[in-house]
Amino acid sequence: MTTMLTVDNLRVRYPTRTGVIEAVRGVSFTLGRERLGIVGESGSGKSQTGRAIMGLTPPHALVSADTLNFSGIDLLSISAKQRRSLRGKRIAMVLQDPKYSLDPVMTIGKQITETLRTHEKISKGEARDRALAMLEAVQIRDPGRVYDLHPHEVSGGMGQRVMIAMMLIAGPELLIADEPTSALDVTVQLDVLKIMDKLVSERGMGLIFVSHDLRLVSSFCDRVLVMYAGRVVEELKASELTNAQHPYTRGLLNCMPVIGENRHPLPVLDRKPEWAA
Amino acid sequence: MTAETTQPGSRASLRDWLLSDRPQSRRQARLGRAYVTWRQFSANRLAVLGLLIIIALVLVAALADVIAPHSPVIGDLTNAYLKPPGTPGYLLGTDDLGRDILSRLIYGSRWTLYIVILVAIISAPIGLIVGMVSGYLGGWTDTILMRITDIFLAFPKLVLALAFAGALGAGIENAVIAIAITSWPPYARLARAETMTVRHSDYISAVQLMGASSLRIIFRHVMPLCISSVIVRVTLDMAGVILTAAGLGFLGLGAQPPLPEWGVMIASGFKYYLDQWWVAAMPGIAILIVSLGFNLLGDGLRDALDPKESGQ
Amino acid sequence: MTTVLAVDGLNVVYNGYYALDAVNVDVNKGESFGLVGESGSGKSTLLRAVAGLAPVTGGTIRVGSEQLKGARRSKAFYRQVQMVFQDPYGSLHPRQTIDRLLLEPLAIHGIGDAETRIARALDEVGLGNGFRFRYPHQLSGGQRQRVAIARALIVEPSILLLDEPTSALDASVQAEVLNLLEQVRKDRQLTFVMVSHDLGVVTHMCERLVVMRNGAVVERLSAKELAAGDVKEGYTRNLMVASKGFVRT
Repeated sequence: MTTMLTVDNLRVRYPTRTGVIEAVRGVSFTLGRERLGIVGESGSGKSQTGRAIMGLTPPHALVSADTLNFSGIDLLSISAKQRRSLRGKRIAMVLQDPKYSLDPVMTIGKQITETLRTHEKISKGEARDRALAMLEAVQIRDPGRVYDLHPHEVSGGMGQRVMIAMMLIAGPELLIADEPTSALDVTVQLDVLKIMDKLVSERGMGLIFVSHDLRLVSSFCDRVLVMYAGRVVEELKASELTNAQHPYTRGLLNCMPVIGENRHPLPVLDRKPEWAA
Repeated sequence: MTAETTQPGSRASLRDWLLSDRPQSRRQARLGRAYVTWRQFSANRLAVLGLLIIIALVLVAALADVIAPHSPVIGDLTNAYLKPPGTPGYLLGTDDLGRDILSRLIYGSRWTLYIVILVAIISAPIGLIVGMVSGYLGGWTDTILMRITDIFLAFPKLVLALAFAGALGAGIENAVIAIAITSWPPYARLARAETMTVRHSDYISAVQLMGASSLRIIFRHVMPLCISSVIVRVTLDMAGVILTAAGLGFLGLGAQPPLPEWGVMIASGFKYYLDQWWVAAMPGIAILIVSLGFNLLGDGLRDALDPKESGQ
Repeated sequence: MTTVLAVDGLNVVYNGYYALDAVNVDVNKGESFGLVGESGSGKSTLLRAVAGLAPVTGGTIRVGSEQLKGARRSKAFYRQVQMVFQDPYGSLHPRQTIDRLLLEPLAIHGIGDAETRIARALDEVGLGNGFRFRYPHQLSGGQRQRVAIARALIVEPSILLLDEPTSALDASVQAEVLNLLEQVRKDRQLTFVMVSHDLGVVTHMCERLVVMRNGAVVERLSAKELAAGDVKEGYTRNLMVASKGFVRT
């Protein structure tokens, strides 16, 4: 499998009045045409990692790496203009809550076609056709009607499918999904994941799935990176999750209440300071 | 609290005490928070300039008896008629009654402060209370209070002041009442908007669930959230209040001569503006500086009091 | 088995929309009762209606022997029934120290001995004295939720309403807070009414539960039955399957 993305010693730092906060402290991994899950709790740096790859960290963030290479392009040294042309066309990102990530004053159709026409020179009619086709591909049953609706007029699950449609329409090779289903009901989550699964396989894309839900990520992805305090503490194949070595991973797996199990009290994570070293 | 000395050791420990993330008493927590707000405020140079101007105004008003070289009301008509600035003994010149303009400005600062403080004390609480009650209770109370607010909002300040002057006679107190009555509606709207934002938040629901009365909730829980926006707005309005009072003074409706109120000074000095420009220009510059001070202070307060929970 | 909370034919309507449609629920003294459903099911609305925070348009709510009228509640009610909210970032007043927050219920009910009670309350939820004079933004999500629990318990209620108390917390923190809630319930012999969308949490914490959908009760069962898969309704079965995670077909 050819490597699409190489990340070596990625660091994201935020200078504040009281010192420098290190959100990501030396994360390294490679990604081919596969699904990689990045799991962690709040403050682990998982979202910052995804955003650093997309170049979407806040302007005062300091991003550095020994290597941050996508398909031969050095993401750290390219200009803002080149980065913009990459985004949407070759790397795309799906965010958590469609309520906040879709433009509330534009219709859904307009937002999707805008994405398309930013990267390709096609007519309005052709853009509309492709947008409708994309809405069908994310299993929206009445694409013509949804095309003219505004984001607040559709449910959360449908909004997220619209987001996926918008992000995948220009045919990117890499999709970074940052907690794409966390804001959705559990039955809707599975529908959205099924759609993502189908599209990613069909198009042979690479996927980085960032989430706090270890079990969900391990059932969806091929490999999993577990992050804690800005570092990767364990990297393993999703199928081998039960054989996790690092105490943090094991602790995270054990502390969730599962239907059918009867553990009172629940095992609690005993955070050791050396994990954050 | 440790007394500040010039030794770096004790200063550093005071700072640490204030910024500690484990405060040991209510006082420490409150002082610590005030300190953080001050740091945010003082990072803005212009805001500090505004604060200094206002402090200077207060000091000048307080020490007027001491620093004014001459009397503000008794003039030397024979020797000091319309003397230009720079004349020995009269730093900013004299007016048409032989009075030293500098001394008049210094004593006039008291009147400026008097107007500003009275208007703030009258209009801000009225606006705050009307807005909070309206926003919290909603329904008919809200509708009625807002329509009353609209009625007062519709009055133009000068016309109302004219009416007051006609009915009650001209004078600075009537001018203050007229300005205060027309100043409170924007504060009511502001307080209402802030109240409606927090009305349905969980922490207000939690206090309702303790059995707190509406009065208690409004004054103990909602008010701390509204008060900073109202303070900022009041500060920014001060400049306008000074100008309005000056305008009323200029029209002869506010302060009456021989009060050294700056607006009155401009009015009476206006007829000499061609050749003896300083008689009207000096009080004008004083008004400019003080208005600027209030504007800069208000802007700085807005930035510092904005509930950004960063910095601590 | 005495019933401490009886909801009978409850209707809650917002602008013609039925958030709750003729809902019946009975909770026994000392038990931990679960309300499960997805968004829009009405589970949180039911809790809020009991607390007096939602407009009741029909039906009755009885707490103990007292019939509740509309949305008005007596002070005595608030000493008996308290609530823990979902969002730890929204349930504490941003401008008040923890000390002040905990003082408020004592001051409203005229309960004396505030110093000892506040210190004891913080101790009970596992927060040391150093937290007492902090502001909410200086605490983590889990710590804030502990403060919310301390605040609810400081008036010594007998019924605790819990609206998804751990949904907004990290998994490891969730485990700690759930353990705390269990401990507190055992120590004080409280009755819990807990809302959750997470079947794992509900089966762990609750003995009996109802499944809600679109403002109505779909199924009533015990946690044991749910764990064993002994469910009657298709919707409940769907929820169970969905909670097992993603399965690639």
